[in-house]
Amino acid sequence: MDTLDGNAIGGLLHEVFGTEMTAAVGTCANCGATFPVAEFSVFLRAPGTVARCRNCLAVLMVIVSARGMNCVDLRGLAELAGA
Amino acid sequence: MAGTKVRGRLSGPALPRTTLSWQLATVTAVRTETATVRTIELNAAEWAGHRAGQHLDVRLTAEDGYRAERSYSIASAPGEPPAITVQRLDDGEVSPYLTEELRAGDELELRGPIGGYFVWDAAGAASPLLLAAGGSGIVPLRSILRHREQAGATVPVRLLYSVRSLPDVIYRDEIDGYDADGVSVTYALTRQQPAGWTGHRGRVDGALLADIAWPKSSPGDDEPVAYVCGPTAFVESIAEHLTKLGYPPRRVKTERFGGAGGP
Amino acid sequence: MSPVSRGFHGRRRDDVAPERVPPGQYVTTDFPVLSAGPTPHVDTGQWTFSIRRAGSVLKTWTWQEMRALPAETVTTDIHCVTRWSKLDTRWEAVSMDTLLEQAGAEAAFVLAFSDGGYTTDLPIADVTGGQAWLAYGYDGAPLEPEHGGPARLLVPHLYFWKSAKWVRGLELIDHDEPGFWETYGYHMYGDPWREQRYAGD
Repeated sequence: MDTLDGNAIGGLLHEVFGTEMTAAVGTCANCGATFPVAEFSVFLRAPGTVARCRNCLAVLMVIVSARGMNCVDLRGLAELAGA
Repeated sequence: MAGTKVRGRLSGPALPRTTLSWQLATVTAVRTETATVRTIELNAAEWAGHRAGQHLDVRLTAEDGYRAERSYSIASAPGEPPAITVQRLDDGEVSPYLTEELRAGDELELRGPIGGYFVWDAAGAASPLLLAAGGSGIVPLRSILRHREQAGATVPVRLLYSVRSLPDVIYRDEIDGYDADGVSVTYALTRQQPAGWTGHRGRVDGALLADIAWPKSSPGDDEPVAYVCGPTAFVESIAEHLTKLGYPPRRVKTERFGGAGGP
Repeated sequence: MSPVSRGFHGRRRDDVAPERVPPGQYVTTDFPVLSAGPTPHVDTGQWTFSIRRAGSVLKTWTWQEMRALPAETVTTDIHCVTRWSKLDTRWEAVSMDTLLEQAGAEAAFVLAFSDGGYTTDLPIADVTGGQAWLAYGYDGAPLEPEHGGPARLLVPHLYFWKSAKWVRGLELIDHDEPGFWETYGYHMYGDPWREQRYAGD
């Protein structure tokens, strides 16, 4: 099973944030590395979506869609900056 | 979200804030590209247009309500109706349906366009382009090439297209047609080559990339930009080679596809 | 209500006795791989399984020690919260009862922990009484890494996210604590027959 990247969850993120997010830049709270959301390491086929830091593999984002709602955890991101 | 500093406007300057909703689209035509690949042309009444490199999400619903969703890169150029090119995966759930069962007149749900990172706009483009495709990774790059041609852009392009064998090349005639238009095309045939093949054999390696990639230049408008798309292993290998050649990470854009069927 | 896509069926089997399929599930003949992170690759030479309480290890087994324990072939149905069910899966496994008895452990709940950081919580009553195993073989072969090998927890009467892949031990706890998916709103217990997918179900 291949690991994908943030491009694969562009639609989901748009749903969650109300706007295009793949070009936004995130900073990993664990190691400080910065990447565009499109370059997050994404695990799609799970009970939820997990995005990890490409550098240290720490969890950056978890999104669980259930009962018509999205539960979003961004605690793994120290910062998320728009274009 | 406590603890995450959110800075700046999250919407990019080139993309208006839009609601991304599912809409019903009709299949207007299907076209066979190779033995396992088909292009599906769509008519979606609420399609707002797209940029080269973007993708759309497709949703299928079975009679009992079972749903499956997949993302596909948009194969057509901005200004053209949306079209997707789908490769049939042997163990796929959706791709066999799209490549074998679906026909003109059928409907499917889609939402899009999606993406603001793996995109290229002809307007104001100045940087030479290095496009690297593995298997069906050619799809968004073809949208870029088509857009470039239709917009009359003149930035030089080098395309590296890695596939298993020549019959697996998607859009062959169209790509070969760009050859005279400032686009230099290199095919890498990884598993099977025709008799007399003088091109690259086997997987793309550092030596081939060093040969065909734009030499890194100093930062500025003429610093090349690379778009790399295909199976994860292909993308990571190319990205690593480009890093070794001195391409800064911000000038290498990547899009990883899942599933087998790569070179 | 989404329109039906003509001729689309998905990859499911319909010819299954309904009493074997929990509500909202469909039967598949694949074995989908779902993961929250990259597949760890662990050498059985370095592998251990531990039962711990409050930071102290009560008992640890090496791979050889674990493999020397009485084992059994378990044939069972499994149900994933993402709606697929797979029937008659066959595992080679050591009963969790054996491991917990050898540790002499008592607790109300356990938190299973795995390589890669995954955790999931279960009542002790659900990992004993012949309902749970440490599984190291699938379908007659060693359990592959993408399916949780070298060894995973197997608790088939609950949704399969409770059957932690790459499991390395159980933490004994007195109060139920949410594991990875439970923290994000998945049900603390997870009974597929009562369709307990999310908290509040």
